[in-house]
Amino acid sequence: MTTTYEPNKVLSNKEFKVVGTRPVRPDGADKVTGRAQYGADLQLTGLLYGKTLRSPHAHANIKSIDFKKALALEGVKAVVSAKDFPETKDTANYGLGDSPMNYFRGNILADKKVLYKGQAIAAVAASSVHVAEAALSLIDVKYEVLDAVLTAPEGMAKDAPILHDDLFTKEFEKQTKVNSNIAEHFQHKMGDIDEGFAGADVIVERTFDTATVHQGYIEPHNVTALWNDDDRIHVWTSTQGAFTVRAAVSEALAVPVSKIKVTPMEIGGGFGGKINVYEDPAAALLSKKAGHKPVKMVMTRAEVFEGTGPTPGSHMTVKMGATNEGKIVAAQANLAMEAGAYPGSPVGAGAMCVFTAYDIANVTIDGYDVVVNKPKTAAYRAPGAPNAAFAAEQVIDEIAEKLNIDPLELRLQNAAKEGTRRADGPIHPRIGCVEVLEAMKEHHHYQSPLTPAKNGGKVGRGVGIGFWFNIGMQSACNISVNNDGTVNLVEGSTDIGGSRASIAMHAAEVLGISYEDVKPQVADTDSVGYTAITGGSRTTFATGWAAYEAANDVKAQLIDRAATIWGVDPDSVEMEEGVLRSKTDTELNMSFKDLSAQLNDTGGPIVGRGAVDPSGIGGSFCGQIVDVEVDPETGKTDILRFTVVQDAGKAIHPSYVEGQMQGGSVQGIGWALNEEYYYSEDGRMNNPTFLDYRMPTSLDLPMIDTVIVEVANPGHPYGVRGVGEANIVSPQAAVANAIKSAVGARMEKMPMNPAAIMEQLWS
Amino acid sequence: MNSIDYIRPTTVDEAVSLLAKYKEKARVLAGGTDLIVQMRGGRYQLDAVIDGKHIEELNQLTYSKENGLVIGAAVPCHKIYGDENIASAYPGIMDSATLIGGIQIQGRASLGGNLMNAAPSADAIPALIAHNAVANIVGANGTRSVPVEDICSGPGRTTLDTGEILVSISVPAPSKGFGARYIRFIPRNEMDIAVAGAGVSVQLKNGKIEAARVALSSVAPTPLFVENAGNSLVGKEPSDENIQAAANLAKEAATPITDMRGTVEFRKHLCEVLTRRALHTAVERAREEN
Repeated sequence: MTTTYEPNKVLSNKEFKVVGTRPVRPDGADKVTGRAQYGADLQLTGLLYGKTLRSPHAHANIKSIDFKKALALEGVKAVVSAKDFPETKDTANYGLGDSPMNYFRGNILADKKVLYKGQAIAAVAASSVHVAEAALSLIDVKYEVLDAVLTAPEGMAKDAPILHDDLFTKEFEKQTKVNSNIAEHFQHKMGDIDEGFAGADVIVERTFDTATVHQGYIEPHNVTALWNDDDRIHVWTSTQGAFTVRAAVSEALAVPVSKIKVTPMEIGGGFGGKINVYEDPAAALLSKKAGHKPVKMVMTRAEVFEGTGPTPGSHMTVKMGATNEGKIVAAQANLAMEAGAYPGSPVGAGAMCVFTAYDIANVTIDGYDVVVNKPKTAAYRAPGAPNAAFAAEQVIDEIAEKLNIDPLELRLQNAAKEGTRRADGPIHPRIGCVEVLEAMKEHHHYQSPLTPAKNGGKVGRGVGIGFWFNIGMQSACNISVNNDGTVNLVEGSTDIGGSRASIAMHAAEVLGISYEDVKPQVADTDSVGYTAITGGSRTTFATGWAAYEAANDVKAQLIDRAATIWGVDPDSVEMEEGVLRSKTDTELNMSFKDLSAQLNDTGGPIVGRGAVDPSGIGGSFCGQIVDVEVDPETGKTDILRFTVVQDAGKAIHPSYVEGQMQGGSVQGIGWALNEEYYYSEDGRMNNPTFLDYRMPTSLDLPMIDTVIVEVANPGHPYGVRGVGEANIVSPQAAVANAIKSAVGARMEKMPMNPAAIMEQLWS
Repeated sequence: MNSIDYIRPTTVDEAVSLLAKYKEKARVLAGGTDLIVQMRGGRYQLDAVIDGKHIEELNQLTYSKENGLVIGAAVPCHKIYGDENIASAYPGIMDSATLIGGIQIQGRASLGGNLMNAAPSADAIPALIAHNAVANIVGANGTRSVPVEDICSGPGRTTLDTGEILVSISVPAPSKGFGARYIRFIPRNEMDIAVAGAGVSVQLKNGKIEAARVALSSVAPTPLFVENAGNSLVGKEPSDENIQAAANLAKEAATPITDMRGTVEFRKHLCEVLTRRALHTAVERAREEN
């Protein structure tokens, strides 16, 4: 018997016992003592070490590959290339939509053509990393170097070098026969844009360019693969989705998923970048060719930068018009984003978010997905939305300035509410945009005078608001009752932000037991039901929901068992706060702990299950208030004060919600000020190290103040909205608006590094 | 994959004979904060690493008002700035020693290593030049002393002959009215490489500048001694106008490149800003000395 829940019942205005508290995370002790097992820690008997040969060119035909000398080196056990992929079907789908097999495999091991510097071509397994590295230098690859295309405008140019001879532009959802670097052009339209602008008293139009940036997770990608003698494959890896890895390895190698077991190791950061699969299929192939020995591959930092997916550079024009009273009447965006080597930039998501915070009658959004000679982009926290917000939130700021209206007031005046239609179609359910803006306006940061300069520079304040829609998708969870009154919770979402705790808290709340009595663990793909990626801000929402279901299933079985023991009707028994009792006979009551001790003598173990694919997704809004100091002689920007306000629906574990808010803010600040892939003209990244790819250090940041707003999501039993992503959407724009306020420079390029600010001041 | 000899000589003579044996296939190891990183990055194919940290002369650190300062080539930054007498007498060198890397790096990194690494962005070299430092070098043909500004010949290259070793750096004792300063510009607040840097010193006498030196980092193939910028101040008052004129000369002398750390225009501009700001601080410090 499984319990049912009322899908639209909102409980978050209720007092909770566990939800909303801040218990210690279950993985904390192992992590602070160094005992947590990450992929690079794994040591297996007979382990071999793999390394990948990568393209030195941004765009080239591969004429030939000669492995003779490498294979002759002592200690080399196997080499693999694209030729080792078996014959298979034409499309691949590993849980995130179809893509052409040659594109999917091409990004694992390139065949015939390389499309970015750092693209994998071949891999070697050897007795040590050093031998494997030496072997790479003995592989002789002949290239025919081609001209490279490095930005979306370059890729869209009429005479641009073409990356794929089999890529034909999809125009307004129709497949054309035009072979170009534009994989897709789409448009969202609402109202009449010309009429809208005709009714505007003030119109602002600007064009923005942003650089390619990386997620910058501290742990490099890693994998150990064993292709067993009986053709079962075991993969240990750092991933945001063990089932995604299983599916991707299955698709790449044409091996059924039932033959593949993926064990997710602890993960040292992902931010979207550890969804895609890179070296895993090659490691499995090497294992097979080396005589069924386990093969471990760990990327260097340069490989992570050059060989894995960053988030795209973009070229965007945004035009908005408003009346003198501050009503925004028209908004137009033209968004071109770099897909990298293969189609699939996040321009679609950017278009879903660009004007979503506002209720605007007349909107047109054009999106272009453009392939360029850079690594294939991967997800990075609200992919596409920060680029779009960098443009739109600066244009709004300029309108506020021109109309002499407070920038938060202008946003509030036009804020989207329940029932507002998005230009891409959906109508907003209950959202917290207004509540977030009001909390910002009332915050003592916004009410205080500008923070004084620390180093004699100019100070300024900026604000911004961003949206992320969040996703649902499939999650599974099992809960087994232990006979000491605790439960084991098994789930499939790899934990990158404290989700083991928030998922366990769902179960504890349902069962009325303490959080400490729930022992959560992330299982391998053989041990739990299918669970989609840890991404899209879905984990606490969907896997938490699966735990809620599994706990309710356990609860129903406990009630049945107590009724059986007492010889009463189960409908007359209830369980509250961890105690089972008869509704009619006060003599009949028993704690969960006492019942758990009797299970094996009264009918056997109790195991609950939860499996969900929920639809009641709640999007999240997040805003920032930032004070900066800019040195007008050097362009150096310091963040003096930073406040972030986000709608969490219901914060299951407020500390981890705040952690997400602070983390997204910090990544947004880094992106705003210094981070970029700095390319040479021929398409080489010149800064593939943390020395010259400048992420902020703790010395570059103030304490990030957080305010959690809770506008319950009616689509989740506890009102949860995902909180992992909306917080990175508009810090960049808020910083840009603060720089404008400090020194008068309107920044149309990101990063807004010192040289860029000086150039703007000199122009 | 090849193995490397690690050798730990205890005398300068022993080190010199090892360098004669391995020639360009050996490098001297001090703190290793550059060398080890570069070896892992494949910059050198070495047969031997010669550890200088066990040679007495490379570990000396002596200071007196009469004889000035002698810094052994392997002495780590933290020992230098940990000595209060040295710290107060050599403000420009202190600026450099306290900003190279982070605290952990300063426990290992040496000024001698910074000089021999000969990076255009070296943070210690402009300050050493500003302080009139001299490098003491030993080779098979004996000992020689060379002004620091004559050591670097290109990115990662020095005027030392194959087989020579830097033993120490001598810095004259500052007189009354001396002030120095090193500042660099980085986009972040720590743990970064100079986009541009300026090391300067002034010697004040009766309210006028008796001598001044200006050196720049990260704006030329080597740390750049801008002799005319310092000379332009000699005999003049340390006024805003005179300092600005010297800063403009520094800007003119710079020949930077555009790269991921900055553009030509931005770096030349920074030379003016940094030289001006550094000279003002050096003058303030010189006045405090009076």
